[in-house]
Amino acid sequence: MDKILKMLEDDATLTPEQISVMVDKEVGEIRDMVRQYEQDGIILGYKTIIDWDKTDREYVSALIELKVIPQRDRGFDKVAEKIYNYPEVQSVYLMSGSFDLAVFIEGKTMREVAYFVARKLAPLEYIQATATHFILRKYKDKGVVYGKVEIDERGNII
Amino acid sequence: MEYTQLLSRTVQGIKPSGIRKFFDLLENMQDVVALTVGQPDFATPWHIREAGIQSLEQGKTYYTSNAGTFELRRSIAAYLDRRFSLRYDPAHEIVVTVGGSEAIDLTMRALIEPGDEVIVPTPSFVCYGPLVELCHGVPVYIQTQAKDNFKLTAEDLRAAITPKTKLLVLPFPNNPTGAIMTREDLEAIAEVLRGTNILVLSDEIYAELTYGRRHVSVAAIDGMWERTILTSGFSKAYAMTGWRLGYVAAPEPLAQQMLKIHQFAVMCAPTTSQLAAIEAMENGDEDIAYMADAYNQRRRCIVKGLRDMGLPCFEPEGAFYVFPDISGFGLSCEEFCERLLYENKVAIVPGTAFGAGGEGFARISYAYSVKHIHEALNRMEDFLKKLR
Repeated sequence: MDKILKMLEDDATLTPEQISVMVDKEVGEIRDMVRQYEQDGIILGYKTIIDWDKTDREYVSALIELKVIPQRDRGFDKVAEKIYNYPEVQSVYLMSGSFDLAVFIEGKTMREVAYFVARKLAPLEYIQATATHFILRKYKDKGVVYGKVEIDERGNII
Repeated sequence: MEYTQLLSRTVQGIKPSGIRKFFDLLENMQDVVALTVGQPDFATPWHIREAGIQSLEQGKTYYTSNAGTFELRRSIAAYLDRRFSLRYDPAHEIVVTVGGSEAIDLTMRALIEPGDEVIVPTPSFVCYGPLVELCHGVPVYIQTQAKDNFKLTAEDLRAAITPKTKLLVLPFPNNPTGAIMTREDLEAIAEVLRGTNILVLSDEIYAELTYGRRHVSVAAIDGMWERTILTSGFSKAYAMTGWRLGYVAAPEPLAQQMLKIHQFAVMCAPTTSQLAAIEAMENGDEDIAYMADAYNQRRRCIVKGLRDMGLPCFEPEGAFYVFPDISGFGLSCEEFCERLLYENKVAIVPGTAFGAGGEGFARISYAYSVKHIHEALNRMEDFLKKLR
């Protein structure tokens, strides 16, 4: 695995100039590599991790377990595609275990999420059962711990 | 009470670390970007912390044997062999200490007779001279030079040796300069010492933090094992500074005398730390590689940043410090650092804090995030523009 992928995963704000110094390569080479990763769909995007609980934004998020009847030839792909096209849906994973698809969604209120499940997801063809779990608190996401402000507590000892 | 009459004259004669005043200034200021700290910014890897926690949960809160648990000494011996091809008998040649610092203190106390001379290359970590003086020894300082990449040269060493020389301190990889000694450099030093009765205290606390080449211990050089006392610890390599755990590895007749002092002075190193350290030694090689790689990236950022702003900066190959030449502005290094702190709120340590040879330089630590380092570099650049 290329080191610069890991570096960008940890901090997408690093510039090609900064990366080139850190890994001792030409800046042009870094730009080409990043462009290639983007073209190959290895780097899919750059986002910011925000603790919305610290803002006045009203929202709720939920994990929905779906049991799905697989379709001939298409397996779960067709159903997954139908689901991920809804803008409310943040993530869709195919799972092993007692259910098939894990869907993370966000809405303004619990009612909105409940409606979405009842009206959009549950009636879909091939969906056998749903179970909705509202997320009460996010402790850690994408490797980042929430609600913790880093303070340098190291003593000045030389 | 007439305290000055009561206190040891030797202790009173020791100068307090001059850097304290500077750090006091720093602590009273807001919004300072500091690059002063001499310890890792990583927390101890979780699996190591967990081993410590588990040992507490299991009630392992007793003393260990004086030299440290045998299991830890065995892992240290295996580690020294695996990483540096050094052979030590865990039963008789390794003592687990309270940080590398205690290991250094034990060495001085076990060896020095009043009047004995101890050669200390500078700039270097601040403890060697005072510990020698506490034993009524005489520190003999050798100033390493930027033109020699701050290495100790055989020539300078030869010139400093007298019939009273007991010990040479080899503090490499070096705090504050980032200098290392390669195998060839050490061969030259060994050539001077072979056939003498001079011992070597090799402070290898930064041995895992070298960039581009592996650290070579002086004990691995022909004819040097029997005259070397190797001190090291867990603080820098495993980000375990607060656990206060180190060790000394030395030939049995030396190690056993040091053990006696250790036994009476501190009994044993903290048990929790020892049990966590076993986990570090046995499953920590990947952590070392991860952190060393991160330091290396930051090292490149900071060296390039400093050179781009026109500060001559020797390429540090070890530890996590750079030692740029700041003499080109007509300011002493202390004035430079104070003005940088007051005017642009960046804290770095004046080179004079590390003894003779430090004037004209400053120590910059890169045990900080890349973002923090870039912010500091931007502010320093603004400061230099004003000075020019």
